[in-house]
Amino acid sequence: MGKFCPGRLGVWKVGTYIALSLGDLALALLLIGITIFLSYWQKLGLGRDLLVGTVRSFVQLMAVGYLLQGIFDLQKWYLVVLALFVMIAVAARTAYARQSVRWGALPGQMFVAIGASSLLTLGLVVLLILKVQPWYNPRYVIPLAGMIIGNSMTGAALVVNRLTGEIESHRGQIEVALSLGATSRQAVAPYLREALRSAMMPTVAGMMTVGIVQLPGMMTGQIIAGTRPALAVRYQVMVTYMIAAATALTTIGVALLAYSHFFTRDHQLVGVEDHGNQA
Amino acid sequence: MEIRLEGVSLSLGEKRVLEDLNFAFPARKISILWGPSGAGKSTVLRLLNRLVDPSEGKIYLDKKEIGLWPVLKLRQQVGMISQLPYLFAGTVLDNLSYGPKLRGVKANFESRGRELLAMVGLEEELLFRPSGQLSVGQQQRVNIARTLANDPQVLLLDEPTSALDERASGQVLALLGELRHRLGLTMIMVTHSKEQAREIADHVVMLREGRLEAQGGGELLEP
Repeated sequence: MGKFCPGRLGVWKVGTYIALSLGDLALALLLIGITIFLSYWQKLGLGRDLLVGTVRSFVQLMAVGYLLQGIFDLQKWYLVVLALFVMIAVAARTAYARQSVRWGALPGQMFVAIGASSLLTLGLVVLLILKVQPWYNPRYVIPLAGMIIGNSMTGAALVVNRLTGEIESHRGQIEVALSLGATSRQAVAPYLREALRSAMMPTVAGMMTVGIVQLPGMMTGQIIAGTRPALAVRYQVMVTYMIAAATALTTIGVALLAYSHFFTRDHQLVGVEDHGNQA
Repeated sequence: MEIRLEGVSLSLGEKRVLEDLNFAFPARKISILWGPSGAGKSTVLRLLNRLVDPSEGKIYLDKKEIGLWPVLKLRQQVGMISQLPYLFAGTVLDNLSYGPKLRGVKANFESRGRELLAMVGLEEELLFRPSGQLSVGQQQRVNIARTLANDPQVLLLDEPTSALDERASGQVLALLGELRHRLGLTMIMVTHSKEQAREIADHVVMLREGRLEAQGGGELLEP
């Protein structure tokens, strides 16, 4: 059973909240039991995947919990930087893996765009808005970076997928523009815009409904940890703006890097088949 | 402007698409590129305004190798008219002013737009019509006018009448003949219709499987 714990966890003081014991977590398996029962009942064939997912989520989250605990306790700037690097690399890899059309330079382009825009956004938030001391304080930097990089990753994956699709389905129009004397950038502009709009759309839609349809994780976590809701929403407002900026920067950055791979220096459109893998 | 190919070959991936082409398209004439499907006719057109470059050989425009022309300037001089009109979203005027705007022409384009529409035999009321509301024949004429707006010296035409009915194709062909006389354009046209080709050809280049089969006057197309 949960116990009411006033107290300390790691290096900072938290409000009073109900801490979970491992026994409590075992009880949470009831929820998975319901899910698996529903899967069998409706013959969804998801039982095995659900079991694997249950074990994986437990192991991954426990591992990351201890890892973060270590980083938080040691308070070393280089560990924080290393963590950011790993997060950006995994995000770039994941965004790349979600592409239906891939080419050799794409993982690097993803890494540069996600990395640069995430670090820029994170820098503004940490140094200018929150004025975190010291600048690498992992308690702030890591969770904020997680949200920024996660959203950048989704944006990058969406924009490149859409862009390659747009270019492939408008080859005729693009070549007409080129043969009228357009540069590759000018020829691809309408499709670049379309891809950017569609990748930004989920973020914009999220801004419209935040707090009404869903209570975001950041705010929920703060409230459970004891922060007054009126204060917790302030963080959430900042996070919402931060995510919008990170998504916009990443999608524009990666789209501008990626489109050039469909063109030669002499403004010739090349085929997908010339780009190696066609997944 | 004369266009000359010297030893031009092209491989796309493993495939040899064009093999050692040596011939010229005379200036201010209408040349017909003739041959069965897959002979490489459209590919030759694409080479001439550098939508693709040859694997071997050289192409000369007015005795200057086309690789030495700034590519954007070359494409303005050597206009391509695609098989499908591929008009851009927006009005007819937006389409007609696309090329000039790329070159930084800022002047009001309306009167030039009307002139171009008249040149391709369209009523000037169409200037502000959204491009999606035109008939296929009108679209192809706007496509031609859009390329003419760049004041090209050479026109490459890739089966410009294939999507048109007989009447509209006849009109477009008549228009091309007239443009050659009025503007002194060098034209190179790919067509599948022997009848059309005979009607309009000053010069004929026949291709088969990427090689030159024959070249000469319109009599090459006699049955």
